[in-house]
Amino acid sequence: MTFVKTLSQKAWIWSFVGMFAVWLATAVYTGGKGSADVLTAALSFATFTVIVGIGQMFVITTGPGNVDLSIPSTISLSGAVAMKIMDGSNAMLAIGFAASMGCGVAVGIFNYILIRVLRIPPIIATLSSSFLILSSAIAYGRGLKIKPPPLLADFTTAQIMGIPVLAIVIILLAAVMGVVLNRTMYGRSVLAIGQNMRAAWLAGINVERIRFFTYLLSAVLAALCGFLLSGFSGGASLNMGQEYLLASIAVVVIGGTSVAGGKANVAGIWGAAMFMFLLVTMLNTFGASAGIRLIMTGLIIVAVITIAGGDEPQR
Amino acid sequence: MLAKLTSPRFLRAALPAASFTILLLAIFYVQPRAMSYFGMNLMLQYTVPIALATIAQMFIITVNDLDLSIGAFVGLTACIGATLLADTPVLGVLALAACVAAYAAMGALIHWRNLPSIVVTLGMSFVWLGIAVLVLPTPGGTAPGWVKSIMALKVPYVPFPIVAAVVIGCVVHVVLMRSSYGVVLRGAGGNPKAIGRAGWSLLKTKMVMFGAAGFFGVLSGLSLIGLTSAADAHIADRYTLYAIAGVILGGGEFVGGRVSPIGAVIGALTLALTGSFLTFLRISPDWQIGAQGGILILVLALRALINRREG
Repeated sequence: MTFVKTLSQKAWIWSFVGMFAVWLATAVYTGGKGSADVLTAALSFATFTVIVGIGQMFVITTGPGNVDLSIPSTISLSGAVAMKIMDGSNAMLAIGFAASMGCGVAVGIFNYILIRVLRIPPIIATLSSSFLILSSAIAYGRGLKIKPPPLLADFTTAQIMGIPVLAIVIILLAAVMGVVLNRTMYGRSVLAIGQNMRAAWLAGINVERIRFFTYLLSAVLAALCGFLLSGFSGGASLNMGQEYLLASIAVVVIGGTSVAGGKANVAGIWGAAMFMFLLVTMLNTFGASAGIRLIMTGLIIVAVITIAGGDEPQR
Repeated sequence: MLAKLTSPRFLRAALPAASFTILLLAIFYVQPRAMSYFGMNLMLQYTVPIALATIAQMFIITVNDLDLSIGAFVGLTACIGATLLADTPVLGVLALAACVAAYAAMGALIHWRNLPSIVVTLGMSFVWLGIAVLVLPTPGGTAPGWVKSIMALKVPYVPFPIVAAVVIGCVVHVVLMRSSYGVVLRGAGGNPKAIGRAGWSLLKTKMVMFGAAGFFGVLSGLSLIGLTSAADAHIADRYTLYAIAGVILGGGEFVGGRVSPIGAVIGALTLALTGSFLTFLRISPDWQIGAQGGILILVLALRALINRREG
C-alpha cells in the first residue's frame, strides 16, 4: 500500500490517471473498436504539444509572471521559413532545419532583450514580440502552398508497430530534458530561481543568464515544433500555431508543474498532452457539438488548476 | 517651468497623449482629406468597442491580474446581443447579467484559490467561445434597433467616437480615481496586505473589479454589433490583444494598481488610428499587427528611458 501512497503523492500521476480514464470511457462506448488506433493518433498529436510544453514548462518554472506567449507565432514563422527554403526538396532538408532553428534562436534572443532592456513583465514582452513574429510569418508566407520534402513527411508520419517514430524520438527528448531539469546545473538553477529569485541570486546563480537560456530554449523548441508540424501536416499554414497557446500552458499545469514556479515535472507533460487529445476524441465519439467540446476543454483546465494550484501561496 | 516639463513624472503622464497626437498629425500629413468630420468618423469608428474592452482589461490589471479571455467574452456578448437580446429582450438582459455575474465569479475563484489569472482566463476563453458557438453557430443575427441607433448617433462638429471616448474616460476616471471606494480598489492592487488589514474585503474588491470588467465587456460587445449589425463568435478575437495593448499605451503599469482610465481610452484611440495610418501609407495589411506590436514596443522603450532617468 505504501507504493500506492507514494505514487498518489506524485503530481504527474494524475495526468496519466485522467488519460486512462478518458481512454477507457471511449473504449467502453465504442465497444473497444479502434481503441488502439486512437492511442496511436493520440501519440502522434500529443508529440507536438509535448515539444512546446517542455519549453513552456522551463519558462513557467522560473517563477510567477514568466510565460512565453510567442510560441504560436514562432511555430508559424519557423514552419513557413523552413517550407519556403526547402521548397519540397530532400537535398535542402539540413539547410531548412538550420533556418528553422535560426528562427527559434532569433526569437529567443529578441524576447529576452525586450524583457531585459525594457524591464517589462515577460507576458507583455512575449505578447508584443508575437505581434511582430506573426506579421513576419504572414508577410513571408503569403500564398505559401509548398509541400514538405518527402523525407521529412515520411519521417514525421512513420510508425513502428503502431507507435509513431516521432513520438519515440520526443519521448527520448523528454527523458533528456528530465535529466537536464533534475541533474544539471542549469536545471537546478531554474528550479532555484522559481523558488526564490533573490535567494538564488545570493547563492551565486547567474539569474539573468539562466533566464536568457530558458527563453531561448522555449523559442527553439517552438521552432522545432513548427518544423516537424509542417512536415506532419503536409505544409505550413499561418494559423497552425494558434491552438498551441492554450495547449502549451494547459499541459504544463495539468502535468503537475507548479504555476507559482520552482516545481516542475517533465513526465506529466506527456500524460497531460495525451489526456487533452483523448478528451477531445471522447467528446467527439459521444457526439458532442463543437460548442460543447470547447466548453468542456475550458472547464476541465479551470477545474484542474483549481484543484492543483491552490495550496501554494504565490509570492 | 522647464524642469517641471522634463520631470519623469510629467513625461510619463504626457506620453500617451503625445503618441496619439503625433500619430494623428502624421495621418493628416499623409492624407489631408482625413482632416474632416466624415474622415475622422470613419477612421475612429471602431474606437468605442475597443475603448470599452480596454477599460475592462484595465480593471483587471488594476488588481494585478491579466485577462486573456476578454476578446472571446466580447464575442459572446455580441452573439447574445444579436440573437437573444433582439428576439426576446427580457431573456437577453438576463443572459447578459449572467455573463457579468460569471465574470465576478471568475474573480472570486481566482482570489479564493490564489490562482494565476492567465491560466484561468485562458481556460475560460474556451468556455465563452463554446457558449457563443452554441448561441450563434453561424455568423449572422441582427443587432437590436436601439443599439444601432445609439452607435449611429450624429453629434454636431465633433465626431461621435471622440465624444463617446471622452465620456467613457471621464466617467471611469471619476469613479476609479476620485471616489473613496476607487482608492480602495486601486489599493487592492498596490498593497493588498494594507487594504486587508484596514478591514476591507479583498474578495469583494476582486469581485467588484472582475464584475466591472464583465460589465464593460458587455458594453463593448453591444457597441460592436451596433456598428456591424451582425455577430459572429470570433468577431472580437483580436480584442484580447488590443485591450492589453491599449492599457499599456495608455500608461498603465502591470502591477501595483497604477492605471489611468483616460490614458487607456487614448491608448484605444491610438490603436484604432494605427490601422488607418498604415492603410494611408499603403502598407500591406500583413504588417498591421506587426506595426501595432512595433508601436507597443516603442512606447515601452520610451517609458523605460523615462523611468531610468528617475533612477
